Amino acid sequence: VVVAVLNISWQTLADATALGAVYALMAVGIGLVFGVLRLVNFAYGQLIMSGAFALALASEWGWPVWAGILLCFAVVLALSVGMDYLVFRPLRGQAPAVMLVATFAVAFLLQSVALLWFGPLGKIASSLAYLNRPVTISGVEIRKITIVALVVAAMCLLALWLLLERTTIGLQMRASSMDFQTARLLGVRANRVIGVAVLISGALAAVVAVMLTVQNPLVTPDFALRDTIIVLAGVVLGGMNRPISATLGGFSIGFASGLLGGALPTEKSQYLPTFLFVAVIVILLVRPGGLFGRSQMAERL
Amino acid sequence: MSSLQVLLAPVVLVVAAALLGATVSASTQTYFIDTLVKVSIVVALYVFIGNSGVLSFGHISFVALGAWTAGVLTVPAGEKPAIMPNLAHWLAQRTTGNLTSLLLAALVGGAAAFVVGIPLMRLSGLAAGIATFAVLEITHNVLRYYERIGPGLNTFSSVPETTGLRQAAIGALVVIVLAFVYARSRFGRLLRATREDAAAARAVGTSVYSQRLIAFTISGLLAGLAGGLYVHLLPLNTEALYLDLTFITLAMLVVGGTTSLFGAVVGALAVSALDSFLAVAENGTSVFGIQIDLPAGTRVIVVGVLMAVVLILRPSGLTGGREFDLRRWRWRV
Repeated sequence: VVVAVLNISWQTLADATALGAVYALMAVGIGLVFGVLRLVNFAYGQLIMSGAFALALASEWGWPVWAGILLCFAVVLALSVGMDYLVFRPLRGQAPAVMLVATFAVAFLLQSVALLWFGPLGKIASSLAYLNRPVTISGVEIRKITIVALVVAAMCLLALWLLLERTTIGLQMRASSMDFQTARLLGVRANRVIGVAVLISGALAAVVAVMLTVQNPLVTPDFALRDTIIVLAGVVLGGMNRPISATLGGFSIGFASGLLGGALPTEKSQYLPTFLFVAVIVILLVRPGGLFGRSQMAERL
Repeated sequence: MSSLQVLLAPVVLVVAAALLGATVSASTQTYFIDTLVKVSIVVALYVFIGNSGVLSFGHISFVALGAWTAGVLTVPAGEKPAIMPNLAHWLAQRTTGNLTSLLLAALVGGAAAFVVGIPLMRLSGLAAGIATFAVLEITHNVLRYYERIGPGLNTFSSVPETTGLRQAAIGALVVIVLAFVYARSRFGRLLRATREDAAAARAVGTSVYSQRLIAFTISGLLAGLAGGLYVHLLPLNTEALYLDLTFITLAMLVVGGTTSLFGAVVGALAVSALDSFLAVAENGTSVFGIQIDLPAGTRVIVVGVLMAVVLILRPSGLTGGREFDLRRWRWRV
């Protein structure tokens, strides 16, 4: 009924859900690192961009699809670990503002390296393009990637949930997100927990890189930049402290932006960012601790 | 005496930069003028971020609004239809002089900051960071597509280029003096108290909210003025007043040292100097007889790397976030 009232087609709904799913993966990638490092990684979008360029290069060299995806994972994971060693580690324990600006610097660094290397026009990653074709399910045309994105995202989130809830390292990560000092006092190895969080976050970035390049095969240096900004807002909206609330925040903002993009008439859809970010501000004002966050204690003295 | 030093040190640096700029060729001079405008923007950032300790990604919005105000008002009436065909009637009719346009730019920046600040100053930490980012996104989006108040996607050409070395230097000095007066005032001190210990400041009856709102408004005013200066320097468009400028100005502030006026000025000058030198080197130049010819694009990379290195080695910035103090230097010598 709601669908009919708002005049939204099933196609828009499916696309919005898929966008939400991809954003949820990005959100959980950002949220995991934030949990253990208290660091908002602005450079996350550039990790995805690097992975996308790896895919584009692989398809230019005529590599098979699996090799391209492997290269994408290798590049993104190497960059995440490198970032952790070179930037996050020396800055551990600094003021959040300093760390945030440092990741800003890394983001622009990676972007300008890409600009130097590939030029502003970018490259085309065509090897997975067949996933962009539609299939018809009971009269509704849905792109294959929409289904793939949903399935992959669901599987990733399920695996992550199992890891966080059912393994020791997962327990340690959740404990560290709650209170890193206490967790360390109880014998949690800081470097190990952080290393695992960085790796998982990198792997998620690689997955997102694959799915975003299918939807948008033209890879430019500012690839995924807009998405990262929106996801960051979503993560804060959802509540950064717990992976589940960050994920929900990412999904909601992706879903909302997909739905708005489909529902708004063309002459209004150019103002989509305005609608989206006004909503972000309003929600932040009502619930500064996050939509899905647990009620937080007042700042301790 | 020491309070005079705090004002004099940044003033001397700016005047020195301006005098140095007066001796070089016209094409190099552009870099000096641009640097002085950046000093104004960074000092405007310092007024809020430095004194309150709250990060804001939204200040380039006020720079952009100032630039739009000054630009729309000073494009000659005859050329308005060409670059701004959809301009609102009441704006198309009016043209003002250089000084009026700068004052109005400052007022618009301040008014916008006040209005935005009323709801936003209740937030702190990450929520404040994201909310101010949201303000930047909204301003960018609206200025880009709402053609009744400006050129939209077009570049702001035909704005009289009145920001020469003198106007940029005077503008930077005005901004520095106002920032100094604010920081020395009762309000500035109270705001710094909330930064150091919010609970203690509250306990003696300071309203964190209103102190932050005052600083945000003043800093928006200064940012608007800087935007006015900027649009009179070179033709701008929305992309020039967006993420890149946000990044470079925040980086300047952090590299110099967030919590001091001296740090803001030193950071802006140091990063600008390096950036300009690299820009010149990309076109090929020689220093002390050594030919330097860097590939195009190295500039952003070098600045980015240096930024990260400074942050890692000296997280509180080049000045350590302290004001200039002659006594510290005497001890060292």
